[in-house]
Amino acid sequence: MAEAHDRPPEKFTLRMRRYDPESGNAPYWDEHTVELEPHRSVLEAVLQAKDRFDGSIGIRCSCRQAICGSCGIRVNGEPALACHTHLDAAKAGARDGVIEIEPMGNMPVLKDLIVDMDAVHWKKIQRVTPWLLAKQPVPEREYIVSKDSMVDVTQTMACIQCGACVSDCLAMEVDPGFIGPAALAKAYRFVGDPRDDEPFERLNDLAQDPQGLFDCTHCFKCVQACPKDVNPMGQIMRLRRIATADHKIVDQNNGARHEAAFASLIENNGILWEAELIPRSYGGNSWFGKFAPAAGKELVASIPTAIRGLLRGKMTIPKILKPHKIPSQDLKAVRSIYERIESRPERYELNLYIAGEDEAPAAVAAGVASEAAGNQADPATEGSAQ
Amino acid sequence: MPEHDVLIIGAGLAGQRAALAAAQQGASVAIMSKVHPVRSHSVAAAGGINAAISVDDDWRSHAYDTVKGSDFLGDQDAIEIMCSEAPQEVMHLEHMGVTFHRNEKGEMDLRAFGGASMKRTAYVADITGQALLHVLYEQLMKHHETVARYEEWFTTSLLLDEQGHCCGAIAREVRSGRMEAFIAKNVILACGGAGQAYKPTTNGLIVTGDGIAMAYRAGAPLMDMEMVQYHPTCLVETGILITEGARGEGAHLLNANGERFMEKSAPNKMELASRDVVSRAEQIEINEGRGVGPNGSGIFLDVTVVPRRRTLEALREIVNLGRDFAGVDITREPIMIRPGQHYIMGGVKTDVDGRTPIDGLYAAGEVACVSVHGGNRLGANSLLDTLIFGRRAGEHAAARAATMGMPAPDANAKLREDSAAIEAILARPREGRRVSEIKNELGETMNKHAAVFRDEQGLQSALETIGRLREESDSAWVDDRGTVFNQDVLGAIELGFMIDCAHTTVVAALERKESRGAQYRTDYPERKDDEWLKHIDISRGEDGAEPQVSYSPVTITQWQPEERKY
Repeated sequence: MAEAHDRPPEKFTLRMRRYDPESGNAPYWDEHTVELEPHRSVLEAVLQAKDRFDGSIGIRCSCRQAICGSCGIRVNGEPALACHTHLDAAKAGARDGVIEIEPMGNMPVLKDLIVDMDAVHWKKIQRVTPWLLAKQPVPEREYIVSKDSMVDVTQTMACIQCGACVSDCLAMEVDPGFIGPAALAKAYRFVGDPRDDEPFERLNDLAQDPQGLFDCTHCFKCVQACPKDVNPMGQIMRLRRIATADHKIVDQNNGARHEAAFASLIENNGILWEAELIPRSYGGNSWFGKFAPAAGKELVASIPTAIRGLLRGKMTIPKILKPHKIPSQDLKAVRSIYERIESRPERYELNLYIAGEDEAPAAVAAGVASEAAGNQADPATEGSAQ
Repeated sequence: MPEHDVLIIGAGLAGQRAALAAAQQGASVAIMSKVHPVRSHSVAAAGGINAAISVDDDWRSHAYDTVKGSDFLGDQDAIEIMCSEAPQEVMHLEHMGVTFHRNEKGEMDLRAFGGASMKRTAYVADITGQALLHVLYEQLMKHHETVARYEEWFTTSLLLDEQGHCCGAIAREVRSGRMEAFIAKNVILACGGAGQAYKPTTNGLIVTGDGIAMAYRAGAPLMDMEMVQYHPTCLVETGILITEGARGEGAHLLNANGERFMEKSAPNKMELASRDVVSRAEQIEINEGRGVGPNGSGIFLDVTVVPRRRTLEALREIVNLGRDFAGVDITREPIMIRPGQHYIMGGVKTDVDGRTPIDGLYAAGEVACVSVHGGNRLGANSLLDTLIFGRRAGEHAAARAATMGMPAPDANAKLREDSAAIEAILARPREGRRVSEIKNELGETMNKHAAVFRDEQGLQSALETIGRLREESDSAWVDDRGTVFNQDVLGAIELGFMIDCAHTTVVAALERKESRGAQYRTDYPERKDDEWLKHIDISRGEDGAEPQVSYSPVTITQWQPEERKY
């Protein structure tokens, strides 16, 4: 209720990372104490400091309501929109009660909290052919497409290009050339759009690119960072599933086979068997596959790593020769997951805009992904068709 | 000096649409914006875009609703163009890739909106503006070889040649502080409204009336500036907008007694009367002690009557806004709202091709006044306005460019003048007031005296305050002395723009001694068609000081003024 917000203003201290490119000095920390109601935003706090104490604080911002995507920063080390982060929550998350504010990562800092998004984010967006390659002929009226398909791509359409996911992408930190979560989510917006004429070409392009689809390491950072629940990693995984399962794309990076090797090993053993991973990734899921030339090459290349593992006791000869074991009831449970998923006639995909049943738990309100099947949506509870 | 056939200032929907249209005609095009294009405030438009695309609909019905919504101040020739071209434009956007919501048959779904006689609002959940803006930007990325983009360039003034024709603009690259003169055969202003002259406002911090003020200073007349829309559903504390789509989906407005008070002022349309009517009704409830919340300063918007699943699918953004900015789960409980400044119907006077009376200068979108909105804009007509007149301006400017050579004005004088003005701001001594203090007082003054209800006394007092703030702004000092991203000095320039907009708004509101659309004068509560069925035009005086008032007729084609009932 709105009454919950009648708390009086409190003092909040911000520790801001400042950088003036014209000064020739290194970045430094700057502290300001502001007074605001606890549910007001970090952006309002920064603007109060800017308005009252130091107009030279640099931050991009406009809408104040998490839709323009300007004010991506790091709060207490985590990427966030300044306008979308409450002061009380930020203070509670601070190490020493002082809210720490920094520019986003993975992008060059231009001044204070302002980063060069063109040099990284927008360049990557441009890389994925970010426009509809419309099916021909173009109809006189609208394309007739399913309601669910449009609702589905609306989740990626909801991306506000704030850069929060790019800021903390671990794969991009290691490989700056990685196309990255925002741009790949944008790619899904077209691959998932039934009006697009070239989903195969798009997927093949992204799968064959060594810094494309299979460069994501599945770390969930972007899912956590996204203020709009776009679920970039989820979109990347969907692109992979569509590429490999629907279009049978086998990429030159061995990404598809590597993923299949993981899946088959877990199904067989309930737990990963590292020594078998490389042979299966290169030679497939058979005994003879172990002798695939590419697997041999990769195994030889892995020898130094393997030796280090042996020396440090992380690996032992028996562990290499025999798979790890888990209790049989656990293995049964793992296999039942496979059975359940594989017995479905169609793949289920997560999408927040497809909200499930009318009386579903308040998953969306709680900001948690709720599993719902678009193709099973109950038309009886739909809003009005015209 | 960069030279272009068409230079567009502002990269929201109107600007981007103009750029694409002009480029398609073969013109060399540049689009310039003080922010990255997808940050433009069009992004915040939520509910949808109106077009008579249903087989049961007719654009004339849309046009009549728009005329009636405007309280008969809209120019009917322009409204006819907007509404008759709407279906084709919306289809064009669909073909471009906008992910419009579908019905069960796979056709575009339509939702109800205020002041409309049937469902005619196409939408993408409640992020329609964002979806449109991002899809247009996709097209700019596609056409990157034919449309030059100057992103994060702040325009300081328009360039006029000796004949008084517009031939470019002066701008500062925000990132480097570099000043540059841009030469163009035509300039299209597409840089939005002036909401930041009000506090609070639903508008973003970038919406500071730059284009309106620059055109005014260049001698272009402004029209309908008194017509300022208060949106009926804004969060009480922050002024954040809750889309009209909520009421379109069936949400109710309730006072402290739990009554649907719209029964009194709009027994037929109820919550879906036009915005001026609903905002006034809410303000009356609040003023008469039937408001809700701690100070009785709010009204309840009850979305719980909409099926929960529908809310989560079609109103997801406001579910998030309620949760994040008011701590309310709108699917479970009502949320407290009140009227808040949202849109200005007025702006730079243009014809139906976006032309201003200054040769070579065009305007489209909220910065312009064609006038299709007259005294009150209907919800979901603003996106349409930006796209239709953005396109028309782009096409016309490209055609004009094909008939002429590149102008060769002496741009250096103006370039030096603007550079010197910035240097002078940077050099101001630290005495007097801060820019932020003056801006706050301006916003609060406007929200007090030039809001839903107005009277002579309040407007006069606003006029005096604005005069004082203008003087204070001449010496307002800034902290940042740098060149890289000096937002401080740009804020001082924006303050000047906002003061011009506020000043002309108050002058026009004082002038119009009647109540029509968004202008409700408690001292002149009647609409007086005999005397006031006309536009108020405001031009800058010769000396640059006092605004000059004149009138222009309202164009009436098929709909004679009648009593307005919802």
